Parts: sequence; C-alpha cells; structure tokens
Amino acid sequence: MHRLNGLRLAACALLVLATSACNGPWNNPYPDADSDSDIYYSSFREPPRHLDPARSYATDEASFTGAIYEPPLQYHYLKRPYTLIPATATEVPEPQYLDADGNTLPDDTPAEDVATSVYTVDIRPGIRYQPHPAFAKNADGNPRYDNLTLSDMVGITRPADFEHQGTRELRAGDYVHEIKRLASPEVNSPIFGLMSAHIVGLGELRERLEAARGKLAPGESLDLTQFDFEGARVIDAHRYEIRVEGVYPQLRYWLALAFFAPVPPEVTRFYDQPALKSRNITLDTFPVGTGAYMLTENNPNQRMVLAANPNFHGQHYPSEGEAGDRAAGLLADAGKPLPFIKRAVYSREQESIPYWNKFLQGYYDVSGISDDAFGQAINIDAEGNPSLTDTMTNHGMDLATTVLPGIFYLGFNLNDDVVGGLDDSGRKLRQAISIAIDMESYIPLFLNGRGIVAQGPIPPGLFGYEDGKAGMNPVVYDWVDGEAVRKPIDAARKLLAEAGYPNGIDPNTGQSLLVNIDTPATGPEFKTQMDWMRQQFDKLGIQLVVRATTWPRFQKKIAEGNVQIYFGSGWMADYPDPENFLSQLYGPNGTAEHAGSNYANYSNDEYDRLFRQMRVMENSPERQAIIERMLTILRRDAPWQWGYFPRQYALYHQWLHNTKPNGMIQSSLKYLRLDGALRAEKRREWNAPVLWPVAAGIGLLIALLLPGFWIYRRREHGAVRRSMR
Amino acid sequence: MLAYIIRRVLYAIPVLIGVNLITFLLFFVVNTPDDIARMQLGFKRVTPEAIQTWKATHGYDLPYIYNEQVDGLDSLTETLFFQKSVKVIAFDFGHSDSGRSISSDILERMGPSLALAVPTLIVGMLVNITFGLLLVFFRSTAIDWGGVVLCVVLMSISPLFYIIAGQYVAGKLMNLVPISGFDAGWDMGKFLVLPVIIGVVGGIGSGTRWYRTIFMEEYGKDYVRTARAKGLSDLRILFVHVLKNGMIPILTGVVVLLPLLFMGSLIMESFFGIPGLGSYTIEAINNQDFAIVRAMVFLGSVLYIVGLLLTDISYTLFDPRIRL
Repeated sequence: MHRLNGLRLAACALLVLATSACNGPWNNPYPDADSDSDIYYSSFREPPRHLDPARSYATDEASFTGAIYEPPLQYHYLKRPYTLIPATATEVPEPQYLDADGNTLPDDTPAEDVATSVYTVDIRPGIRYQPHPAFAKNADGNPRYDNLTLSDMVGITRPADFEHQGTRELRAGDYVHEIKRLASPEVNSPIFGLMSAHIVGLGELRERLEAARGKLAPGESLDLTQFDFEGARVIDAHRYEIRVEGVYPQLRYWLALAFFAPVPPEVTRFYDQPALKSRNITLDTFPVGTGAYMLTENNPNQRMVLAANPNFHGQHYPSEGEAGDRAAGLLADAGKPLPFIKRAVYSREQESIPYWNKFLQGYYDVSGISDDAFGQAINIDAEGNPSLTDTMTNHGMDLATTVLPGIFYLGFNLNDDVVGGLDDSGRKLRQAISIAIDMESYIPLFLNGRGIVAQGPIPPGLFGYEDGKAGMNPVVYDWVDGEAVRKPIDAARKLLAEAGYPNGIDPNTGQSLLVNIDTPATGPEFKTQMDWMRQQFDKLGIQLVVRATTWPRFQKKIAEGNVQIYFGSGWMADYPDPENFLSQLYGPNGTAEHAGSNYANYSNDEYDRLFRQMRVMENSPERQAIIERMLTILRRDAPWQWGYFPRQYALYHQWLHNTKPNGMIQSSLKYLRLDGALRAEKRREWNAPVLWPVAAGIGLLIALLLPGFWIYRRREHGAVRRSMR
Repeated sequence: MLAYIIRRVLYAIPVLIGVNLITFLLFFVVNTPDDIARMQLGFKRVTPEAIQTWKATHGYDLPYIYNEQVDGLDSLTETLFFQKSVKVIAFDFGHSDSGRSISSDILERMGPSLALAVPTLIVGMLVNITFGLLLVFFRSTAIDWGGVVLCVVLMSISPLFYIIAGQYVAGKLMNLVPISGFDAGWDMGKFLVLPVIIGVVGGIGSGTRWYRTIFMEEYGKDYVRTARAKGLSDLRILFVHVLKNGMIPILTGVVVLLPLLFMGSLIMESFFGIPGLGSYTIEAINNQDFAIVRAMVFLGSVLYIVGLLLTDISYTLFDPRIRL
C-alpha cells in the first residue's frame, strides 16, 4: 500500500514536471503566461534614489524619468549631432531679447546689450496625464483622495491600488509649477544653484519660500501656486514663458531634461499626505507624467515595471535619420505610432555573474558588458577594433558601441603651491606629468579598451571637437605617420627639469618630489590602478602618495581646495554643447572660491573672457575658432591630464529592433520594438532542461549508500547471530 | 517564569539605550552630517547651500548630544542624538535619509528573507542531524572516517563557490531552475529551490560535525548502554533516545538564531536576487544612511535579546530539571 502511494506520488511529480516543461523553460524567471508577449526585460543594479523630476540627476534614474515625464523638448532619436525637436511643445522656442526697459531687441543684438531673454513655449493641446488617483474627483469636483488616513491605506501599496483613477489635460501651469519647485527648499533641487543664476527671480523666490516655510505648522507643505515670480509665467492654458538674465542659449537644452517636465499641483498636494508617505508612496517613488510610460510597480529592491500610458498619443517613429540608418533597418517603422512595447520589467541584479548568464539565456533583451564577461563577448583585433566572439554571434547578437559625451580625467588643483599656478614651474610640471601618464596603456589595462584618449575636454560628437591632427594636443603628442603619438618620456623629464625638479628631485628637500593624489576609489581593483599610477609618476622620479577616501570626503576635500592632484572624477554631459564641458574650467566656477564645478580651481583671464564670448554664440565657424583658442590655452596650462572619453558597449538580442546607442536621449524605450514570438522560440531552444545529470546523481547516491546499507545489515544481523550463539 | 521574563525585558532597556548610543557615536566618528548630505545629494552640482538646506530639512543641523543654544530639557532633546536615536527605542523608525519609510521597507523585505531562511534552517537541521546520527551509527568505520573528511572538505569551501557553482550547474548548464529572481505566492518556490539547497549543502560540513560531536558524547552515556542491553536496535537508540537527549545543546545554538532569521543573508540574497533584508544594512552603511543603520542595529539588538530569552525558555520545555 505504502509503495503504491509512493509510486503515485512519483508519477504526479513527473506529470507536474512534464507539464512545466510543456509550458516553457524551467529556468524562466518570469511567468509562463508572459512568454510570447512583447514585454521588454532589463535590469538595474542600484535602486533609483529619486524619480521626482526636480531632484533626479543620476544617469540610471533617467531610464525611468525619461520614459515617464515629458519636458517640452526632446532629442531626435536618430539624427546626429543631437538635434532638439518638440516633445509636448509645438516648436523649439526661439528667444526674444529685451533691453533693461523691456523693449524688444533685434535677434542679432550683441549679448552684452541684452538684459533679458524670453522663451515662450506653446504646448500642444489635448495631451493628457497617465491615470492617477491624484486626478480623481468627487461628484462635487473636489479631489477624491484628500485627507487620507492610515485606515484608508489598507491594501494600498501603489497609486494604481486606489479604486478611482483620473486624468486631465496637460496645462502650461504644470510646467511653471515645476520651475517653482526648483526653488523650493523642501525639494532642494541640484540645479537650483545653476538656474538661480539664469532664471529671473528664482533666487528671490527661494528666499520667499524659505520665509513662508518658517511659518508653516509641522507637517504642512508649501503651496507653490500661491507664489508668483517673474522668471516663469503662465500666459494661457497652453502657453508659458521663461525669462532668463541676459543671453542663455543653453536653456533650450535644459528644456529637454526632466527638471523642466510638468508636475501638476494636485499631484504634489496628493503626495504630501502623511498616510501616503508612510507607505513610501511619494512623487519620488511613483512619478506622474504624460510620457509614453507610467510606473506601475516600484519595489526598488526587486523589480520596477513600466506600462504603456493609455493616454499617450500623438508621437510617431521618426521618418528620417542620419546616413546609414535606413540600411541598418532603423527606418523600417517610420511614421508608426509610439510606443511599440506595452510593458517593461526591470529586475534588480546586484551581481554581474547571474545577470550575465540570464542575458545569455535570453531573459534580458539588452546588456552592457562587465569586465568579467568582456573576454567571453568581445574580440579585439590588432587595430583595436571590437567584434563579437563566436558564442555571441551564434546567439545572433548585435554589438553597438558609442563614445559617450563624457570625460574622466586626472585634475590638478591650481591653487596648490607645487602643482598649481600659471607660472612656468607649475605649468611645466603639469605638462610633464600629462606626458608621463600613459593613457594608451591605461585604457586597455583597466577599461578593456572601452575608451578613447582625450585630447581636450570636448568629447566626440559635440560641436568644437576635432579629430585628427587638428584636434591633437601638441603639448603631449606629436603627429607621426598620420597619427598622434605620445611624446617620449625624455620630453617630460626635460619639462620637469625646466619646472625646477631635475630628475624629479625637489630642490627644497633634496629628495624625490612628493605629491599627493586624492581619489574616491577604494577596493582591490582600484588599488591596482593606483599602483599603475605610481609607476607613471616613478618614470619622472616623482613619489606619489595615494589618499583614497569615500566619495563625500573626497568631495569635501575638493570643496575646501584641500587636494593636490585628484583622480576618479569626471563629467557626463547635461546637454550636447561644448559650453557644458568648457564651463568645468571657467574661473568663476572655481570650487574652492565660488562653490562651482571647476574642481581644478583653474582661472585664466583670457580663457574666461573667451568662454563668456563663446557661451552665448550659436554654433558657427566663429564659435569654432574661439573654442580652438580656448583649447590651445587649456592644453598649454594643463589643468587636467585629459584622461579619456568612455566608450559604451551594448549587446542586443536579435529580437530587439530600432536600437541605436546614444548618450543624450534619456530613455529610448518608446522607440524600441521586439519580436516576442522569436524570443520565446529562442528561449526554448537555449534553455531545454538537461536531466541526465539528475539521474546520474541519483545513481551515484545509491551507489554511495550501498556500503552503508551493507554495514548496517551486517551489524544488525551480526548482533542477532551473536545473541543466538 | 513571568517574573523572569519581565526582569529580562527590564534589563534589556539599558542595553538597548547603550547600543543606540554606541551606534550613534561610532557612526558620527566616521561620518559627519555634511558627508551624509553630500552622499544624498548625488554627484553633480552640489553646493554648500544645498548641503545646508538638506541638513536643515532632515534635522542634521542640530548639535550632536548637547544643545547650548537652548535651555532646560530642550538642551538634551533638541539634539541629533535625541531626535534621531531615542525615538527608535519606541520602535518609531521614521524615514531613511533618502526619504523612504523604514518600517515599510523592513516589513516589505522581511518576508522574502524569512522565505529563504526558514526552509534553509529547517531542512538544514534535518539533514545535518540525520547525517550526524548516521556518522555516530557508523562510528569507527570507514564511512565515519570518510564522512568526517568530507565534512572538513565541505567546510573549507567558500560559500561563494557553492553559490556560483550551483547557479552555473543547475541554472545554466542543466537549465533546471531560474538563476536568480523572486516572486510572490506559489511562484516563489522555483526561485527558492536552488538557494535553499545551496544553503543546506553549504552548512552540512560544520553542522554535521557539530551534531556528530554532540551525539557521540550522548552515545557514551549509561542510558544508551542500558537501551542496548535491553535489545533496542542502534537506529532506534540513536533516532529516538540519543536525539531527544541531545536536543538541549542543539537548542542553545538554534533558538538564539531564530529571531535573527528576519535579518536575512547578505550574499545569498544578493546573488539570487531575493529582495530581503540581507543587504539593507550594508547598503545603508555604504550610502551613509544613518537613519537605516540605527534602526537596523537596534532591531538586530532587540532580536538577539529575544533570541537569548527564547533559548532560556526553551530549556524549561525540553529539560524539566531547569527552572527559571
């Protein structure tokens, strides 16, 4: 009887396994019901900290904020160089210039004569927000979910759990409300400092808000609708204007970032309720927008899910691109309504090994390439060109690489007595070090070749960047046989001697010159990098002391000007304009004196004058000429060892279409299309369960148990025999 | 017993205040409120004004322990220690420095941690006790000797190896289970099979050796000789009598661990994508989030004290000779 039950149980188990096998791969981490669907699967390592558009500034957050929020402008998906096009706006706004008396000035007025620039933004009518309880109304027209208490929150873990959802049309006032939020001390936006220097009255608005905040009862929040200011004004339901001091053409780029996305006042009122905050339901966790997607699940420790916004309409896949896009199939969906993918699931993967294996199994649609997996995925030929390995090719994968609009560099503190200053001694010392640090070996050693050596601060793809001999840094390189070749170390030693340190000896001490390098990099992998860095300085006879520390401490040292040389710092573009990079070395941006982002505290009067001239110009040959003069000054003064521009590698499975790497577009999701049936087929093909090792294991186990069973029998029976004797 | 429990709870109060104070001091010896603000404000365009605003908004602009600016009791309450640490004693964990409700986070993460830890503990105990008893049964044979050697070998292998090898073999080569991930409800099972097996296998070496030592000691006692003299089989003696009498030292080690199961396992959860509490404290330390660190250290202390109390109580249940 018992044996029969056991057999029945085994039969049932086999039936369950067989049924599972029929439904799909056993190792599928997603529900079988989703196998053939067009859900996009990706991952994240660190949970996004902020999804509030006024606070979010990290690249990994942009894949969510970029899909949910719609600022008035966006970048064309296919065109390069990056081109601004309208998103919710009807057109890209042109500034209207005013003098100090408010009179309109001609468009060609010199920048110094312009008192104010006015950007008038027209919004397309008929754009509606995603469904959200903040918009739900009672019969009397008042918000349905006002004054929520903890008892109202039973069973509520996300906004979609509320029974009633609402929507409304996008209004110009929502954009103005968000601009006011940039000044709110409660929000503490990272770009307030920068924007208060440009948007008229934003700094003064902050003071008014701070004063008003002091009068609030505990737990009460500021109502920004009660505060008007000159810098951002509603003209009518679909039109608003932004006023900036003087000329600031870069404002248009900012209008393509989530900082300038609309946030309706009723949404901030809704999220200000303590009962919602106690459940982690805030604007920082559940953003509300008009974009192609809405966040339906936010468990930052496990999974984040975007679903297509049912109220999104009116945007279509681009019909034109750059040369080669049509041949690459990137225009096959031209003119079709966006988005193609209806749901996107982002799973948290803290470790690279399981993540990579799941990508190879087809459970993620796109992947970067970690250092561990680089050799498995990429072959680099003798010329340094990457190609996919056979394993990846057999999987039908596509490789796309692009140089990101960013730079990582080694900086010198120009306020330092030894490595700083614009005199010959400091300048030649920095030039010598710049030559000695061999970035051509650093990039393959530590980045697997994922970077290109920088000849200056402006990355490829941006106006002002030049390739070839014209773009070479002549202080560090010679042009030999059609390519830039780093100067020999003897040239660096000569410069070092001219700087007053022959053979690296400090005349004040008679010992090797000792310099300190600060870095926020800690851990064994960075120790190797720092050992390499010591070797570079050793070439000049300079002794390098590495001071590794945490990121906040590093920042504090930088802010106080308490560093000599720093490494591990970089800048990723906010927008594709050279001003964004050249401003990092603008004197009035000096960190120690002006709390700006010029960590090197570099200040050169001529450079600063040219910068002020360049930043208000449209791209033109004149602007290019000024930039070249600025770069010549920078290369001579060498405030940075220019480091490298990072190159991004991405692998795409064969079922994902319309992929084009970019460094500026915050979220490409709405343009992507995938073939769910092909993916399901490949997953089945790649993940068929292999059962023979299980049978072999069971057999081995039985074989191991047999001697024990024999000993047991012998012992028990032996005892009986002994007792019978 | 009730009086004993009340006495132990009262003893716990100064311990918890001390733990809070030490956590506070250690944290702020290493980090300053400015560091915390910088960490929360991110990497770009962080100005001194933004740091001051953040500190004021989050209550980090107060003096540490004593406020000279105010009089009376306020000089102690209007301080960072009182505002940030004392409320925790009333289990008011508040919000993390990044703005999330800590109680909500703990409740959300506790379930997945328990889902992994409880089956691992139960199955692990059953397996280890069985193996321990079998080694005693086969004492002084090649099987016993080989088993002990195998235990030492298993103990010598890094837990990380078990995880990576397990994922590679079961998840990638054999395609039997998902390599990582988690889901609620019954779907949870397919994600937990592999980590539970790995957790059990990883613990066999040390567990089996420990139980073998306990049972071997018990096996040498008089009552075992008496049982054998009465003709009981070795298996019955071991799995009934020796096991029961060996439970007290087992309980000492296991019951104290029960409350700590809530705290999760850092490496297992991290590699298997289980959204538990295992990495919560480590992430908070890395992000210099004092609010979470103080809450988790406090919770860990409370659970440890509860564990010790439960151990004491469990003695009385398994050994009638013990009175509290």
